[in-house]
Amino acid sequence: MPLHKTLEQPIPPRPATVTAAGAHAAAFTESHDVVAVPLRHPWRWVLAAVLVLAFAWLATSLWNNPNVDHATIREFMFSPQIIRGAGLTILLTIISMVLSTILGIVLALMRLSDNPVLNAMAWIYVWVFRGTPLLVQIVFWGYLGLLYKQISLGIPFTDFHIFAVDTNTLIPAFVAGLIALTTNEAAYSAEIVRAGMMSVDPGQKEAAYSLGMTPLFTLIKVELPQAMRVIIPPMGNETISMLKNTALLSLIAVLEMYTVAEHISAQNLRQVELLVVVSCWYLALTSILSIPQYYLERHYGRGSRTLGPTPIGRVVSLFHRVMSTR
Amino acid sequence: MSETLAPRRRDHERPAGIPLVRASNVRKNYGPIEVLKGITLDVHAGEVMCLLGPSGSGKSTFLRCINHLETIDGGRISFNGELIGYVQRKDRIYEMNRREVAHQRRGIGMVFQRFNLFPNMTALENITVAPMGIGKIPKQVAIAAARDLLDRVGLSAQANKHPAQLSGGQQQRVAIARALAMEPKLMLFDEPTSALDPELVGDVLDVMQRLAASGMTMIVVTHEIGFARGVADRVVFMDGGVVVESGPPREVLEKPQNPRTQAFLESVM
Ligand SMILES: Nc1ncnc2c1ncn2[C@@H]1O[C@H](COP(=O)(O)OP(=O)(O)O)[C@@H](O)[C@H]1O
Ligand SMILES: [Mg+2]
Repeated sequence: MPLHKTLEQPIPPRPATVTAAGAHAAAFTESHDVVAVPLRHPWRWVLAAVLVLAFAWLATSLWNNPNVDHATIREFMFSPQIIRGAGLTILLTIISMVLSTILGIVLALMRLSDNPVLNAMAWIYVWVFRGTPLLVQIVFWGYLGLLYKQISLGIPFTDFHIFAVDTNTLIPAFVAGLIALTTNEAAYSAEIVRAGMMSVDPGQKEAAYSLGMTPLFTLIKVELPQAMRVIIPPMGNETISMLKNTALLSLIAVLEMYTVAEHISAQNLRQVELLVVVSCWYLALTSILSIPQYYLERHYGRGSRTLGPTPIGRVVSLFHRVMSTR
Repeated sequence: MSETLAPRRRDHERPAGIPLVRASNVRKNYGPIEVLKGITLDVHAGEVMCLLGPSGSGKSTFLRCINHLETIDGGRISFNGELIGYVQRKDRIYEMNRREVAHQRRGIGMVFQRFNLFPNMTALENITVAPMGIGKIPKQVAIAAARDLLDRVGLSAQANKHPAQLSGGQQQRVAIARALAMEPKLMLFDEPTSALDPELVGDVLDVMQRLAASGMTMIVVTHEIGFARGVADRVVFMDGGVVVESGPPREVLEKPQNPRTQAFLESVM
């Protein structure tokens, strides 16, 4: 039977049970202002209360511990030495993240290229730097002077040198630390960037090429901006790891925050107090780092969803609303 | 669909001189599978050619060879008298480097089944990015031209929207405008309406029909027989990597000679 004929058939009467339910539903729709109550969650409040109490107890027991000297914490929390150390920590984090991201992009492109030599080089790089401990790499760069007493520019396999410098002069501890953090981080960034690039629809590259765009232009204008959406959240994590990993540079005596704290506590023997001081600083700095991440995610998320106001935007509009009701 | 399309302005006169696109004996393999088994076709300036054929017959592959999104394994394709993607020295042809290919592709626009708009850019930015970045057109000029193009595809109001905020039909019309912004001599369409909801197909076909009427040279892979009948100068039927039948729409669509063409037309109409 053709479809339109089927539809012309009379609709069979409903069974009696359905009619009873229908009457019930009708009673509901008659009263107009029924309030919908969302599901209540009383146990959440109980759990939250228990956790708050437990945390308060832990914090006061720590704070009231007779072995913790509050005066020392107050003395060093904002001392110039610690602040200078924190500055160096931030500087190391920023420079090594920027450099490792650039190196990571280059490595990712090498891995994605169809040139087998570049591909193998990038693979080996990631294999080495991701496969050995960061701690070992830091010590290695720090002790490079033991391996090569001098670094010289000249013709390999001959005695001809244009110049030669003492390794420890050319690579001071700060630079060695920077190299160690950057080269190690680049191995991780490379994999993150590669995953981001692979997440971009291949049709995007084809559309770009069909418009006459060159491969480099396509990369910069089309592929990387879209890859960024996938790249930025894990890179935020990497930045936070990086900030904390700078503490490992105390092994090669780079005067970042943790090294400074160690030096101070070696003199006044207040290890716990100085650990409290630097922990507060690390927590504060990692918290601040999540702000640029939020805005970068928004920037590169354009077009994928409609954006609400930023937290600052919300405060501003709240302010306007409060002012206008006066 | 064909009722909504105005009759074609141009008559079917075949211009003399060299064709705009000349494909001779084009062959393409994917691994051991031969996908194109020697395609020979000419497309003259101003001509609209519709490419029909069952799925997997090599239509997309052939289209992608024309702007060198795919390399070819035999034969040759020339555009405007120049080999595409290759240079000939003595009795061999060598693949061009990627910058030179990019330069050649500027003369050929392409519209994809899945639109492939850049999701991180607005409709307007999608249209201006290539002329500004590649064509070195000043920003103000490129924007004015893009607004004009958006107007011509009926989307002036959507200039600042991102693709995700547009319907499929609107996205495809932006994609057409984007391709036209490079002022191509040839437009390739790969099933431009196959991913659209039925009620949105008409708007896109309408834009294509007006483009054809303006004299643009077009190669259109489509299953819209009404469009082929109303707009095409020539219909080419492909199957299994070869051209099975080709000629004016009246002949190929009304009185197909080959049984494969007949079977295909019965299945889509
Ligand atoms: N990148 C590819 N790799 C391997 N096989 C492919 C690829 N692209 C297309 N093919 C094969 O080539 C044949 C022709 O494909 P296509 O040109 O897309 O056909 P059509 O567009 O006519 O449907 C199909 O059998 C398809 O599976
Ligand atoms: Mg196809």
